[in-house]
Amino acid sequence: MQGAHDLGGKHGLGPIDPEPESDEPVFHAEWERKAFALTMAAGMLGEWNIDESRYARERQHPIAYLSQSYYENWVAGVSKLLVEKGLVSAVEMNAVGQSGDHSAAKNLRIPTPEDAEKILTAGGPTLLENNRDPDFAPGDRVRVRKNHTTSHTRAPAYVQGSVGTIMRHYGCHVFPDTHARQQDGGEHLYSVCFSAESLWGSNNDNSEVLIDLWEPYLEAVS
Amino acid sequence: MSHDHDHTEPPTEIELRVKALETLLVNKGLVNPDTLNKIIDTYEHKVGPRNGAHVVARAWTDPEFKQALLLDATSAVASLGYTGRQGEHLNVVENTPEVHNLVVCTLCSCYPWTVLGLPPVWYKSAPYRSRAVSNPRSVLEEFGTHIDPAVKIRVWDSTSEMRYLVLPQRPPGTDDWTEEQLQELISRNAMIGVETVKVPGTRPEAD
Repeated sequence: MQGAHDLGGKHGLGPIDPEPESDEPVFHAEWERKAFALTMAAGMLGEWNIDESRYARERQHPIAYLSQSYYENWVAGVSKLLVEKGLVSAVEMNAVGQSGDHSAAKNLRIPTPEDAEKILTAGGPTLLENNRDPDFAPGDRVRVRKNHTTSHTRAPAYVQGSVGTIMRHYGCHVFPDTHARQQDGGEHLYSVCFSAESLWGSNNDNSEVLIDLWEPYLEAVS
Repeated sequence: MSHDHDHTEPPTEIELRVKALETLLVNKGLVNPDTLNKIIDTYEHKVGPRNGAHVVARAWTDPEFKQALLLDATSAVASLGYTGRQGEHLNVVENTPEVHNLVVCTLCSCYPWTVLGLPPVWYKSAPYRSRAVSNPRSVLEEFGTHIDPAVKIRVWDSTSEMRYLVLPQRPPGTDDWTEEQLQELISRNAMIGVETVKVPGTRPEAD
């Protein structure tokens, strides 16, 4: 979707103003620790995947997305998913912690600290078996298709319509566009190189951008 | 330095909201409070940029490891014991006299957790995410990093589950340094690509 999250190339967002690395804590407040851990722990219930999580954060009014801090957007995303997946009712979400209704938890495995450690250490690889040959090979020229979808995609707006060169084939990976609708299946994934000129016109400061793009995003350029 | 809320002030709206959410999910039996603490402890104290510095210092001192790392970073990094969430598929990109690499995620905040921990605030911010792809040299200047105009800047936009770690150039004058001494030089920011590894003023004590 063409939401506020799709930030590549946008202007007017101000200076970066980084904190010095040596002074920067992992979390800046106790609520950030909890926002992070609650999002991770709720995700471990297995009721949604990472692409649904991303889409839930994206589906906000642009003013909300841009004015909230990073973990505020996480809280917005996980709150939305908990209600949409029926683990928490809208009434419970607004009644701030009064409910002790365990019915949603009954059929779920609630991760223990040991489970969480295993899940975090194992991760969730996205590489899949695929016996279909890739359409493209390193060196091929490709154009990124225009895609004005309202659903989740990982083809940034700034690259759509531009022509680049396939640098590497990463194999077949879970396809986020369908995964965000809980459909399994993978597509060939490539690292594609775009010159600054092809993305930004005459702005050429001797730079290039490499973007990971799935095969359905791409069409051959003769 | 702690930025934690001063408890003599009334709690903010977001503090109340997160507390309410925690209470709700615990009361409904959907999260185990000990699991929350385990997750926080993992990323606050165990998984962080020292892992990445270990990988880089090893690559600088062990040519075979470096070759394996550039060929298949996921396996090479796993051989040092670093595996897990947001590090399932790694690609290590090497800075050379011709190319300087910079990593961003314009769509969200993808970042190689297994080797760098959780991303800093600026990495997740709109100013960095918008400008790293379209004007990377201005971004580098904000970190005090000047890259010669003849050196190409290669920006990696992390749009997939592939995670990128920059292998910085080893600074001159460190030829006889040990892996442990080199690790001390390697900043998180250099492994994202917003800084280079500086020529040291003083050499750390050997163990």
